[in-house]
This record gives sequence, C-alpha cells and structure tokens, in this order.
Amino acid sequence: MAENEERLRRTMMFVPGNNPAMVKDAGIYGADSIMFDLEDSVSMSEKDAARVLVYEALQTQDYGNAELVVRVNGQDTPYYANDVKAMVKAGIDVIRLPKAETPEMVHQLEDDILAAEKEFGREVGSTHLMAAIESAKGVLNAPQIAAASDRMIGIALSAEDYTTDMKTHRYPDGAELVFARNMVLHAARAAGVAAFDTVFTNMDDTEGFYRETEYIHQLGFDGKSLVNPRQIAMVNKVYEPTEKEVLNAKNVINAIEEARLKGSGVISMNGQMVDRPVVLRAQRVMRLAKASNLVDEEGNYIEK
Amino acid sequence: MEIKETAVAGTLESSDIQIMISKAATGIQIDLQSDVEKQFGDQIRNVITTTLNALDVTAAKVKAVDKGALDCVIKARTIAAVQRASQTTDQPAWEVL
Repeated sequence: MAENEERLRRTMMFVPGNNPAMVKDAGIYGADSIMFDLEDSVSMSEKDAARVLVYEALQTQDYGNAELVVRVNGQDTPYYANDVKAMVKAGIDVIRLPKAETPEMVHQLEDDILAAEKEFGREVGSTHLMAAIESAKGVLNAPQIAAASDRMIGIALSAEDYTTDMKTHRYPDGAELVFARNMVLHAARAAGVAAFDTVFTNMDDTEGFYRETEYIHQLGFDGKSLVNPRQIAMVNKVYEPTEKEVLNAKNVINAIEEARLKGSGVISMNGQMVDRPVVLRAQRVMRLAKASNLVDEEGNYIEK
Repeated sequence: MEIKETAVAGTLESSDIQIMISKAATGIQIDLQSDVEKQFGDQIRNVITTTLNALDVTAAKVKAVDKGALDCVIKARTIAAVQRASQTTDQPAWEVL
C-alpha cells in the first residue's frame, strides 16, 4: 500500500509502447497516470523494440507530475522477465501485471522486482505494482490479490477479457459488469489501494461515456482507464466537486486548523462534532478541487 | 558486438526512425535520409554512432530513414536493430540502455 492517501488517480491513459509519437506526447494531456503498454498494443515481433523505446523515453522525456505505469507482458510469456528488469532499471513508478488471477502471481512479480532493484542499484521498495483483474478467477480472488503486497497501489478491472471469460460481451447498460465492478472496488477499499474502472472504447458515444463515468464515480472508483486523451477532460469533469462541496470541505479544513491551534482533540463545526470520515472526505474534495483549479493556494473557492 | 545478419527496427511513421543494420568489413558507414538533414543530420549521425560505440559495434553498414525522431527514439531504434542483428534480443545489453 504505497502513498494511496495523497494521490489522485482519476485518469490512467493507455499509450501504445511502440509508437514514438504517442510515447513522446503522452505528458501533455494532463492525465493523472500514464500507462505505457508493452502488452496487447504491441505485436509479438516488436516486443523488444517497444521495451527499449519506453525505456529510453523514460530516461529523457518530462512527464510532469504524472504517475508513470508500465503494463508488462504476462508471466506466461517469454517477454515478461526482461520487461520487468528493464522497467525497474528505468525507474518506473508502477509495474502493472496483466491477467492477475492469484496472489501468488503478485508475489512472483514482487520477487522479480526486488531482484531487479538489487541488480540495478535501485532503492529497494521504490518500484510499486498494480494488478489488472481480467477473468472470473481474478474477480473471485480480488481481495487476496489487492492485499498481496505492500508495493500494491491499486487494482483495475479489464472488461474485454473478463466479459469474454464470462461468455458474454459488453452492453451499454453495464449489467454484465455489476458484480465484477463491486468486487474489485470492495477488494481495493478493504486493502487500502486504488480502484480503476475499465476502458470505454466507443469514442463516438460521448453520452455513454459520461453515463458510465458518472456511474463508477458514484460507486466510489478512484478513476478510469482511458484509451484516448480526449476522455481525460470528460472524466475530470465528472470528478470535479460542486461549489457547495468545496465550501463545505473548506469549512471542515478550517475547523481542523482551529482545533489544532486550540490544542483541542475534538473538532467541531457549527456546533457539530466532525469525525474522521468527514475529515477524510473533505481532504479528498479539496485535492479534487485543487486538481480542477477550483480553489486558490489557500483553498478559497474561485468563482467561475 | 558482432553484426551477424541484416536487421531492421523502427517504422516510417511520424516521429520514428527506421534503422537497418547490416554487416560490413570494417568501420561504420551511415546512409541517412531525413527531411531535417540540413538542420539535424550531424546530430542524428552522432546519436547513432555514439550508441553503436557503446554497444561495441566496430563494423556495420547503417541505413537510417528519419521521420522526425527525438534522440531517445534514435537511440532506442539503434539498440533494437543491433540486438536483432547480433541475435542478442533475449539478452539485452543492460549497461548500454
């Protein structure tokens, strides 16, 4: 469970690992996380070239404050071992394991990361990991997978493989994903890690994208995986707090500060006691408000 | 590293560079095509040569078709092409990356 309290993870943008134009520009769209893909978007014959390209880009390109993630090839492929070594050497923030089905797979990745950190002189524990849940078995094991490692930052549902495994496909209303979404979300929350929803691939269906994003926002997901930079602003809009939420959160933050100055352990606001869940929610609202440029340095709401 | 066969890495898409490496008796010869040859030709050749030196390639013929690649892309494609040409793709030269 690595630095989960502070970081916003509304958007995780997929970037095909063997496409120099996209790899080079990935930082300019303002995604919270950038996920370079060495797996499904790279053909078998280009796996080696994609690995080197992402490695060299990570050495020289400036991706700002984005969290940098690489999806390596699966543990049953010949590319996995070198993918992990190269990305640990490159100093990537997070390695994403595809098709995670058991906690043992996470332990294996953890061992491989540790070995690579030692081999290349990286600080032990500096490489985090996340797991993609893409099958019925993975969904049922999600609680164990999410809690399998201290390096874990989150788990993601990947609906294309999952719905195929379930002998169905994706529908506009998402009924086929209700169980998986809730299972992944609960597993993530119970383990104290982030939960990422699956991609939405029909770029022409803006209304459908908003409907799905509002739905997963309501459920409590941290954010969504994206295939197109155009979707970043749309997700951020859904996650943007309202003026009322920001003002209320600011009051809570002020009340905390007041209590701290008074040396009082009990926080009260308008005569009501403010307990921990309210504080945590207020802090998250303020982080979202800052990311959406709704507040100034001191946390005051900026009129639109 | 010894060049054993002709190999290619990279594409002709924008921001990429295609590098073809083949055997040569001695020395490094670079044949470069680029729309920005005038401005960046020397720089591109320099990145390719430096990367080949780091990989300990002393004899090779290089044909490069540049589509506006950044230095990191030129380096990455050169490494990938050399690893393919020397049949060492499975054992990357970690110290050179």
